[in-house]
Amino acid sequence: MSGAVIDGALQVLVVGAGAPLLVGFTRTLKARLVGRPGPGPVQPYRDLRKLLGKEPVVSDTTSWIFRVTPYLLAATMLVAALVVPVVTSRPALGFAGNAILLMALFLFGTFFLALAGLDAGSAFGGMGASREVAVAALAEPTVIVAIFALAMRAGTIDLGGVVERLGRQPWLAINPGHLLAFAAFFIVMLAETGRLPVDNPATHLELTMIHEAMVLEYSGRYLALVEWASAMKLFLFMTLLANLFVPWGVPTAATPTAVALGVMALAGKLVVLSAALAVTETLVAKLRLFRVPELLAGSFALAVLSVMAVFLLR
Amino acid sequence: MFWQLRTGFRAGLVAEPPPLTSEIEALGVRLAAEVRRRFGRSLAIRQVDAGSCNGCELEISGLTGPHYDLERFGLSVVASPRHADCLLVTGPVTRNMAEPLRRTWEATPDPKIVIAVGDCGRDGGIFAGSYAVVGGVAEVIPVDAVIPGCPPSPRALLAGILDALGRRP
Amino acid sequence: MAPAVYGLAVAMSLAGAALGLYGLVGGAFTVTVPWLLPLGGVALEMDRLAGLFVALVALTAVPVSIYAVAYDRDGRGGGGAYLAFLAAMAVVPLAGNVITFLVAWELMSLASWLLIAREPRAGGPAWVYAVMTHAGFACLLVGMLLVGAHTGSLSFAEWRAAAPALAPATRDIAFVLLGLGFAGKAGVIPLHVWLPLAHPAAPSHVSALMSGVMVKLGVYGLIRIGLDWLGAGPPWWGVVILVAGTMSAVIGVLYALVEPDLKRLLAFSTIENVGIILVGLGAALVFAPVGAGPLAALALVAALYHTVNHAAFKALLFLGAGSVQHATSTRNMEDLGGLVKRMPWTAACFLVGAVAIAGLPPLNGFVSEWLTFQALLQNLDVARPELNLVFALALAGLALSAGLAVACFVKAFGITFLALPRRAEAASAHEAPAAMRVAMTALAAACVGLGIGATLIVPALAGVATDLSPGAAVPITVSGVAVRVSGDFASVSTLAVAGAFAGILLLLVVGLRRAGAAGARIAPTWGCGRIVQTARMEYTATAFANPFTRVFDFVYRPRKQRVVDTHPESRLFVRGIAYESSTRLLFEDWLYAPLMTALRRTTTAARAIQSGHANHYLAYILAALVVMLVFG
Repeated sequence: MSGAVIDGALQVLVVGAGAPLLVGFTRTLKARLVGRPGPGPVQPYRDLRKLLGKEPVVSDTTSWIFRVTPYLLAATMLVAALVVPVVTSRPALGFAGNAILLMALFLFGTFFLALAGLDAGSAFGGMGASREVAVAALAEPTVIVAIFALAMRAGTIDLGGVVERLGRQPWLAINPGHLLAFAAFFIVMLAETGRLPVDNPATHLELTMIHEAMVLEYSGRYLALVEWASAMKLFLFMTLLANLFVPWGVPTAATPTAVALGVMALAGKLVVLSAALAVTETLVAKLRLFRVPELLAGSFALAVLSVMAVFLLR
Repeated sequence: MFWQLRTGFRAGLVAEPPPLTSEIEALGVRLAAEVRRRFGRSLAIRQVDAGSCNGCELEISGLTGPHYDLERFGLSVVASPRHADCLLVTGPVTRNMAEPLRRTWEATPDPKIVIAVGDCGRDGGIFAGSYAVVGGVAEVIPVDAVIPGCPPSPRALLAGILDALGRRP
Repeated sequence: MAPAVYGLAVAMSLAGAALGLYGLVGGAFTVTVPWLLPLGGVALEMDRLAGLFVALVALTAVPVSIYAVAYDRDGRGGGGAYLAFLAAMAVVPLAGNVITFLVAWELMSLASWLLIAREPRAGGPAWVYAVMTHAGFACLLVGMLLVGAHTGSLSFAEWRAAAPALAPATRDIAFVLLGLGFAGKAGVIPLHVWLPLAHPAAPSHVSALMSGVMVKLGVYGLIRIGLDWLGAGPPWWGVVILVAGTMSAVIGVLYALVEPDLKRLLAFSTIENVGIILVGLGAALVFAPVGAGPLAALALVAALYHTVNHAAFKALLFLGAGSVQHATSTRNMEDLGGLVKRMPWTAACFLVGAVAIAGLPPLNGFVSEWLTFQALLQNLDVARPELNLVFALALAGLALSAGLAVACFVKAFGITFLALPRRAEAASAHEAPAAMRVAMTALAAACVGLGIGATLIVPALAGVATDLSPGAAVPITVSGVAVRVSGDFASVSTLAVAGAFAGILLLLVVGLRRAGAAGARIAPTWGCGRIVQTARMEYTATAFANPFTRVFDFVYRPRKQRVVDTHPESRLFVRGIAYESSTRLLFEDWLYAPLMTALRRTTTAARAIQSGHANHYLAYILAALVVMLVFG
């Protein structure tokens, strides 16, 4: 029991503390790719610290939903950090509902953030809320089918179980079906975490915004919580990609050395993934909103092909 | 996409190298220190066009490019006054923009600083006295610093932001 | 007069709940009163499945009747019809023979029809409801008589023994007929047309019962014919139900998403949820005959769980919608908004219902959807590629409907309760009276309890599933706070999630307070410095659904009309723009409209023989006699 608590605290710490670094690292890489020195990877921490000290301004139109949402959002991501195998393959809440729970937790966050977007009564908030739930809803079938493909290959749907099984039998991970599922999941990650080509995290034009439009109204510590939560969502999605599809170096036991190795392995994998993300975001232009469903349909097709591959190769 | 990558690699870096040892870097380092003192090396800027000819905007957007890159000093341009610490106001404030400007100021959380940019932002510039303008930014909201010039160069802008940060306790 | 009726209803329901729970834990009995009805008399038979549905009816009726005390103060809801409706719904699952079942079934339909028909402006919906429900009744009657003729008995208990020996073709025909009858009552697409008309037309407490419980009796019937009365069938029975369920889930929620009428939205969402239940049931019917008994039991538990859950949250949401209508006299979301400040209690309860129905943890909708997913994900144990493919598509459909349900209820809650009121009625809304609040709070508590208490609910439902699929151990075990499925395959613990969530939330709030968080300043909404910021700038329900209308335009077939009124001198000066956009109902336009046209054409043609001359009619009689003599 106490082991689980320590383990859980460690995962929360890694995700909570590591998430801003990942965002800063990706942002710096993107800056370097266009020839700018960039802000440096620790800039998000500074932004968060500053925001926590500032006075929040709250619209007089809003209700308690608006004030509660940032806390709910951050707490949701931290609970999700207890479900994903981050530094061990047996996370503290791994028994509480596997990948379906994880997706439902992300939807929970989206649900409340969209409500908060509507709460202020500005056109931007509603626009962002409507688009965000549309993208989230359309990404859902891909997620489930990709998970199904994984579960079929690993014989279990338990996230830790998948990691362990694929870690033991690496040849399962090097097959075309697996790569297709990876590609599908990567596209879903771009959509769910609001990256290019679905959404531009650095946009200033309200009419093109998705995620940013919902949080235009937030300030001070509320904004800090929302930004932190979206950084954690990116971190968790990338960790999932890293540990489910490249499942090596994830320790099964929570001994100090194993965990230290696990953190290092994870850091290495995340560096590679965030480089891939930065290159993708630099190379592609934002899609028009109504082209996004085509992209997601493409990712769904990849996931279905991955399922087919299991039948064909069985 | 791959064509893009290939072209990118063939061409290499075509932007002028950032003036690392120049005056700007020195300014930037001082600015960064100042921003650190006041805002923990993170300053979010909301740019407000209160009737500008967009000359100043051109120079401000120059700040975000590879040559000057204000992000490396911890400064960033944001999309909402709610997210901002600093309002960068350009233009002679026109009658129609006076109230929106006041609302923007009200929407910005404290602590905040206001910088009037350009000769127009200072006192209306060549538009001063026109029936269509109210005058400088200071006529509408309290201003912490003024960056004169028509338009001010990016270097002057950096210096001005530093000046504004230094002046307020 | 009305409070007395509803008080009686509460007392009756409490007794019914006790009876149902007794049946659920395994108390079985049979009651026969041969003289009360012809053809075998009244026969009541209690088993676990019947107990579950009786308890479901009664436990939903308790808060709903309490709500009605305040909601229906002047007794417009009709005392006698309401009591008859409740009693009939409680008898349907208990019926032990055909005559009892059909009488109770018809009484249930008639009583609910009466409750709708007495509402103002409910003529059309009541008519459609009457036609559809009686078409379904005809299917049931023929199907039951068919089985009765072949088994030589009208008692369900004897069907059970005799059914497996029947010819496959007979069983298939009986399954199709009975299936059509029950699916019509359950609102399965494309037999759903009455549902979005009848549910909004009824008074809200009756809508809650119709949507929460009555529709479930259609599901009850499908469970009986699929697993019990007719014995185990071929896999295609299950495939049909699985496909119909997936279609209902996706199309139901798609229509809910674009609906601006709050109660119609809920009615379409009922179609979606029945679809989810049928996905579970269909999976059970596929698994059972292909030798995956445990998986069938698991899928059945998922379906039953969702049945119970949907009764809780849909009743809650309909009561919430009723409170909104009570306070603002409108159900059109485009006229509402900002109610969270005027009706905080209703808003909080509605929010709980919305989170639950969207399948979000840790509430009850999540648990049953999770179980359904687990049952579907294990289809690989069945090595039949064509079935695996059906399951994969059902999984995708279920996932899509789960995602769309989130969008739908963001809209339902966000547009109705948040931001600024869009009309004066919404601005002057008042909180619901105490009785209505009590009822909603009880149902909200049920949603939370059914979610967090999964470890207590699952074993009871597993008992029902064991009853229906004897010999197959239900692959669900409870260990500590977790429910384990199929050994190591998966486990879920909403209690642990809720605990962790509460703990982390507390740490966050306390931590930030400790860190000296600054007090908030109140300012107007940021609208890019716009001077006038009114409710007209808010996103409307239609605008919110617009991305979906465009993405799924092959379902909605939206009609758009734009009229620009320009100045006669120059088209550059626009005097006014009228823009109209509406979505169409595919099944009404493409299935029922041609059907009605054909029917009308046939009857017009048939009118020719109604000449009004006595000698013509005598000729018809003669002709009929001749035909009978020749072919008889």
